[in-house]
Amino acid sequence: MTRRRLPPFDAFLEEHRARVYRYLVVAVGPVDADDVFQETFLAALRAYPRCTEPDRLDRWVLRIASRKAIDHHRGAARRPLPVAAPPDRAAPGADPAADGLGPAVEAVRDLPSRQRDAVAYRHVLGLSVAETASLMGTTEDAVRANAYQGIRKLKERTTWTKD
Amino acid sequence: MDEGLTIASEEAERRSRDAAERFRGAAFDDGLVDVAVGTVDSPVGELFVAVTTRGVASISFDGMDRDRLMARFARELSPRVVAAARATDDVRRELDEYFAGARRRFDLPIDRRLMSRFMRDVLGATSRVTFGHLATYGEIAVRIGHPGSARAVGAALGANPIPIVIPCHRVVGANGRLTGYGGGLPRKEALLRLEGALL
Repeated sequence: MTRRRLPPFDAFLEEHRARVYRYLVVAVGPVDADDVFQETFLAALRAYPRCTEPDRLDRWVLRIASRKAIDHHRGAARRPLPVAAPPDRAAPGADPAADGLGPAVEAVRDLPSRQRDAVAYRHVLGLSVAETASLMGTTEDAVRANAYQGIRKLKERTTWTKD
Repeated sequence: MDEGLTIASEEAERRSRDAAERFRGAAFDDGLVDVAVGTVDSPVGELFVAVTTRGVASISFDGMDRDRLMARFARELSPRVVAAARATDDVRRELDEYFAGARRRFDLPIDRRLMSRFMRDVLGATSRVTFGHLATYGEIAVRIGHPGSARAVGAALGANPIPIVIPCHRVVGANGRLTGYGGGLPRKEALLRLEGALL
C-alpha cells in the first residue's frame, strides 16, 4: 500500500528541487548542476511508482542525486578535457565567482565521493551527523571522519577557511 | 551551513525552478508522465485539465482545490503526475473551438477511471444529449434503465470529473429549471447561453 501514500510527483519535485539543486552545485559544480538535476529527477520519476520510502522522500531523492553525481564524475574522468570551454557551456551560473560562490565549491567537487557527500550533506544542506549517516548508509563516526578529511582538504587546496 | 559553500537560497530557488520546468518538458518527451496536468483559459474561468495516456481524465473549474485533485490523481490513476503544458494542447484546442462557437461536439478521447460504474452510465447517456439541447434528470434516469433514480443521477452529474466535454450542463430539472451545477449555476447558465439553449 506504499504506493497510495506517494504524493503527486509534481508536488514532490516542488518540495525537493531547491535542496537537490544546492547539493548538486557543490557535488558536480555550478555548470553541470543543471544536467545532473535533470538526470536525477528523470531517474526518480522512472522509479517513483516503486518507491518504498514514501515517508522519507527527502532521503530517497538525495541518494539518487548522489548516485548521479558519482556517475557524472566517472563519466567526466573518461571524457577528454575540453581544450576550451565551448561557448554554450558558459550558461548563466557558469562562473562560480559571479554567484558569490567561493573557490571551495569547485574544490568540493574534486573530493572523493564519500567526503564530498559528507561535506555537502553536513555543511551545505545542514543535515545532522545522524541524518547524514543514515543517508549514506554508514556510521556516525565515519561521517565525522569523512567530513573532517573533506574540510581539511578544502582548506589545503583553497584559501577558504571554514568560519 | 557555510555561507562560502552554498549558493544563496533565492538563487537555488530561482535556478531550481527553471531546471524543474525543463525537467517537466523532458519527462513528457520521454513518455514518463502518466498524468499530465495543465491549465486552459476559458470564458468560464481558468480550467485545470488532467490528461492521461488514455485521454482526458479531469477538467475542473477555478476555485477547486488543485492540490487535492492532484493527490486524488496520484492515488487513483498514477503517482507520476507532472505539470506538462504540451500534453494538454489537444484539450485546449478543442475547448477554444467550442468557446469560439466553432465546435459542437468534442472528439477528445476520454479516460473514465475517475468515474464510478453508475456515473459511467449516467455520463454515457449525458454525452448523447447534443449541443443546444436539454434533457431532464428524470429522462437520463429512464435512459439508463433506472427510472426513479433522478436524484442519484443529479448527484452523479454533480460529481462529473469532465464537465463541458461531458455536457452535464445540458441536464436540467423537470420544469426546465437550472437546479444545480458542480461549477456553480452561473457557469451552467453561461454554457447553455453559448449553445443557444437558453435565451
